[in-house]
Amino acid sequence: MPSTKFVFWTLIACGIVTLLSRILPFILLKKFNLSAKVVEFLSFVPITIMAALWFENLFKQHLGQLPQIDYANLIASIPTVLTAILTKKLLLIVIVGIISLALVRLAI
Amino acid sequence: MDDSLSVESAIKDTLPTVFGYIGIGLSFGIVAASAGMSVLMATLMSLIVYAGSAQFILISLLAIGTPIVSIVLSVFLVNSRMILMSMTTANFFKKNSLVENILIGSLITDESFALSMNKLNFTDGKLTFKWFNTVNLMAYLVWVVSTTVGAMLGKIISDPEKLGLDFALVAMFIGLLYLQLISDKTISLKVQLMVVAVMLPLVYFGLIFISSDLLILVVTLIGCGLGVILKHAID
Repeated sequence: MPSTKFVFWTLIACGIVTLLSRILPFILLKKFNLSAKVVEFLSFVPITIMAALWFENLFKQHLGQLPQIDYANLIASIPTVLTAILTKKLLLIVIVGIISLALVRLAI
Repeated sequence: MDDSLSVESAIKDTLPTVFGYIGIGLSFGIVAASAGMSVLMATLMSLIVYAGSAQFILISLLAIGTPIVSIVLSVFLVNSRMILMSMTTANFFKKNSLVENILIGSLITDESFALSMNKLNFTDGKLTFKWFNTVNLMAYLVWVVSTTVGAMLGKIISDPEKLGLDFALVAMFIGLLYLQLISDKTISLKVQLMVVAVMLPLVYFGLIFISSDLLILVVTLIGCGLGVILKHAID
């Protein structure tokens, strides 16, 4: 690990770019209006982003080659999805997910 | 979830996600400590950067001695999806003051964003500063405290993977995706399912060409575009 000073300034720099990504849209949209087309486009952000974040975790990347399937995460996703459908309770979904992956890792 | 936008209701709505933040916060603390970070630095990272998955990447880049410019660029790319989430959320806060807008933006996360989009389906398309800020503050507090505890535990446990805690984040994405699918009535379920189904090959084949840092943003943009086309063609 690099020096504490280097780590600290890296944190500050990363904090600033992350903060800007978060707040600039809020500041700009106070002044400007989005067209109906853009609003419709953005209405798909919740499902596309959640799906992308989930699916990305099902693979291991090897640039230039087909990704490798992450079987542990794939198998653990099955009881997690079933819990979602059966209970619709976020807390249960997360708990079942954690236990599923722990069990899968134990078995492998 | 119901139509109330009070502080109590925000706490009730956030509670189910708290377990996920604890799981990931603990694993992050453990990973940071085992990579050689002090408890103070790990806590500061969660306080200052506050960006879930990007923090894990940050640790691995720091550990291999990456130059600061490359680290900042990677973190920006991983978090660039925040721009899309903030743009989407900002539309519901146009009548609020600039300070309130900045406060909500500063602490928005994947989960608080998904919760708020889910909430809209119960409140007739309305969100309040009070509700969103409570959700955000709770998440921030739990995240920072779990990081600190995790970093302390990290001196004892070195292999957090065995506990399956890292799956809390993935499970939360699955849960939030499903809850959004069944409650969003503005887009038909058929179109939503088609869009989600298209995301799988997009991510799979995208991983061949685009670094996963940038891929989330690229496939989200493509997915939204396809969504609009499908909605007009089918609904």
